[in-house]
Amino acid sequence: MKLIYTRPESLKKAAFHYCPGCGHSVAHRLVCEVIDEMELRGRTIGIPPPGCSVFAYNYFDVDMAESAHGRGAAVATGIKRACPGIIVFTYQGDGDLAGIGTAETIHAANRGENITTIFINNAVYGMTGGQMAPTTLSGMKTTTTPYGRDPATEGRPMRMSEMLAPLEGVAYIERVAISSPANIRKAKKAIARAFRMQIDNRGFSMVEILSPCPTNWKMTPVQSWKWVEEEMTRVFPPGVYKDVTEPENAG
Amino acid sequence: MLVKMLIAGFGGQGVLSMGLNIAEAAMLEGRNVTYLPSYGAEVRGGTANCTVAISDEEIASPVASSPEFVVAMNQPSAIKFQHHIQSGGLFFLNSSLVETEILRGDIEIVHVPANKMAEELGSPKVANMVMLGAFTRKSGVVEFDSVIQALRHTLGSKKKLIDVNEKALVKGYELY
Amino acid sequence: MRWSAPRLPSRSTVSKVLMDGNSAIAEAAIRAGLRCYFGYPITPQNELTEYMAMHLGRKKGCTFLQAESEVAAINMVYGASLVGARAMTSSSSPGISLKQEGISYLAACELPAVIVNMQRGGPGLGSIAAAQSDYFQATRGGGHGDYRTIVLGPSSVQELADMTMRAFDLADKYKIPVMILGDGVLGQMKEPVEFKREAPEITPTREGTLQGAGGGASRIVKTFTSNPSELEEINWSLFRRYQLIKKNETTWDTYMTDDARLVVVAYGIAARIARGAIKSLRAKGLKVGLFRPVTLWPFPDEPLRELVKNVRQLLVFEMNMGQMIEDVQLALAGKGEVSFYGRPGGVIPAPDEVGRVMSRLYYQKGLK
Repeated sequence: MKLIYTRPESLKKAAFHYCPGCGHSVAHRLVCEVIDEMELRGRTIGIPPPGCSVFAYNYFDVDMAESAHGRGAAVATGIKRACPGIIVFTYQGDGDLAGIGTAETIHAANRGENITTIFINNAVYGMTGGQMAPTTLSGMKTTTTPYGRDPATEGRPMRMSEMLAPLEGVAYIERVAISSPANIRKAKKAIARAFRMQIDNRGFSMVEILSPCPTNWKMTPVQSWKWVEEEMTRVFPPGVYKDVTEPENAG
Repeated sequence: MLVKMLIAGFGGQGVLSMGLNIAEAAMLEGRNVTYLPSYGAEVRGGTANCTVAISDEEIASPVASSPEFVVAMNQPSAIKFQHHIQSGGLFFLNSSLVETEILRGDIEIVHVPANKMAEELGSPKVANMVMLGAFTRKSGVVEFDSVIQALRHTLGSKKKLIDVNEKALVKGYELY
Repeated sequence: MRWSAPRLPSRSTVSKVLMDGNSAIAEAAIRAGLRCYFGYPITPQNELTEYMAMHLGRKKGCTFLQAESEVAAINMVYGASLVGARAMTSSSSPGISLKQEGISYLAACELPAVIVNMQRGGPGLGSIAAAQSDYFQATRGGGHGDYRTIVLGPSSVQELADMTMRAFDLADKYKIPVMILGDGVLGQMKEPVEFKREAPEITPTREGTLQGAGGGASRIVKTFTSNPSELEEINWSLFRRYQLIKKNETTWDTYMTDDARLVVVAYGIAARIARGAIKSLRAKGLKVGLFRPVTLWPFPDEPLRELVKNVRQLLVFEMNMGQMIEDVQLALAGKGEVSFYGRPGGVIPAPDEVGRVMSRLYYQKGLK
């Protein structure tokens, strides 16, 4: 019998605590599949953030170390500088990466730190209960924008991939969406490409994953996946924003 | 016996390197020494000073509220620090640049036309070394040989620079 | 008098170098096997960062990095320590406030690191002049949560160098962040200093740290838990280690206390100033002495209690409005009489000034 689907070796045998329909479990699995396929498990350290995915270390069966909120890129920098042979990835949410950790992220990218960032953009602070994130869409209702995000007073959603791509230290940035099997396959390819950049010492690599948060969006899982596909991608268009190995996307 | 000296002037006049030279010389003589420069925004403003303390015993504080010796390489320093000197102390004035009259009768004033003498040597930059030579001779806090030794160490392999600085030191030393 | 060419012993026979405190810390750290330094500019500690840029950055396998912020710098230290490298950062008061987040995480995850605070006047931006304004912050952990760091209080450039080496050893031994609490004057002043170790050719890597799981089980470094009793056990485990540190590492120094009727309690640059004052007063026949905490945490409360069995009058002297005095009072629990003299804001009192305070107290209290 041919085995076509199984649990990745780098994913622990634990039931996810994530809500039904949440994108984290899919993203976790994709990263683990890539780590397995590229045979990186033995020399990888992952940095999960405070937030819903703080428990990522209960699922990833690779060495994992907690980071302070937003400091993933700085912690990864410390690891990579001290031990350049280690493969380091940060796993960060939008509040973490684009809010409190903007400085760390931008400067690590600008220095061309040879690290990989998995950026989960679900447009809200998840674990704290669905407050406005830097990536919250204009007009979107959250617990701290009960009348909808007003661009006049709260600004417009920050597009991190577009912001980071022009920096010369950046090797690779792609935005993908967890919204359909086809897009999930694309996401996995992007993650593999990002890790490849790190292995080849190309510099900073990031995959921004548009990810559903049905609970805080107050939607059913199906509605939320549809919302990613139809609403989020309008503000955050998927695509390759930088790829130093491809002339047309070399920036 | 503890002695303290304060050396002050414009940034770029080499007041810090004068102080450092004295401190190195004292160290070579096996004595306890502290050197404390002014730092931060104060220096950026264009004036600089440093304090050197030399003693055969431990030095409690590197700060000098009333030093025995003050060197003023420019006019503002002469005005600012003339009241800091201990009674009976020595006040070295760079008479090429200092015009102010010192009214204290309880200190000895040593005039050194440092810039003029340095220009006569053909290198205006070594005015500080002329002053250092005169200071060493007149104050007696460190041996002249140690000052030369310290200078050679600081400048390392820059033979030409050592020559011109040594010449200036000797010239100042022979002034008194 | 004519001058003739000098005939002095060659410089190589002098083992000491004239060095500022900041550079001396940097050199000592490199000799202690430092692999990663992360810093951010702030006066009066810039010489330390610049020395690292010059001398650590070019060393094989080592990293110097000027971070984008104090916050980033301490988190980089955290990352480097995670994978077993000797790592450090340095700053001055306002910057140390920013680093508190990272120090709390280091303490929580039981990671060694060395943090230098060259204190300046505060609060706020304060001044760049030397002060002892951060004693509370340093000795009470500093950041959020229930933790301590070892705090060392050197009072000369030589001690800065020696204590830097000790700091790395202590950090590794107890898996704890160690702070060197200096001040602007100690950082800026130059003194002859001798380094007692040679730099290792290969910087050491601590055993048992994250390196990737290899073929084995993966590991987790974390503190977050949704189970209070799990965190309670973490706190107990930290506390037990702190007790051990208290027992093994508490360090202090005394000067002329044997027959003293008045003893000054001071640390760092203040202790040194007090020592000068004591020497002068002794020459005048006043029986005065000095008690100097060398580890500020753990504070030497037991030796201080011993001391007040014979000396009733203490004078706490600090370059602040009175911070260490609380530890002195806690240690003595009502025994002895404690007076205070403080100069905050970056004012550095002369030994004479402290001496005047001491002799006034000496006569007022009838110690003659």
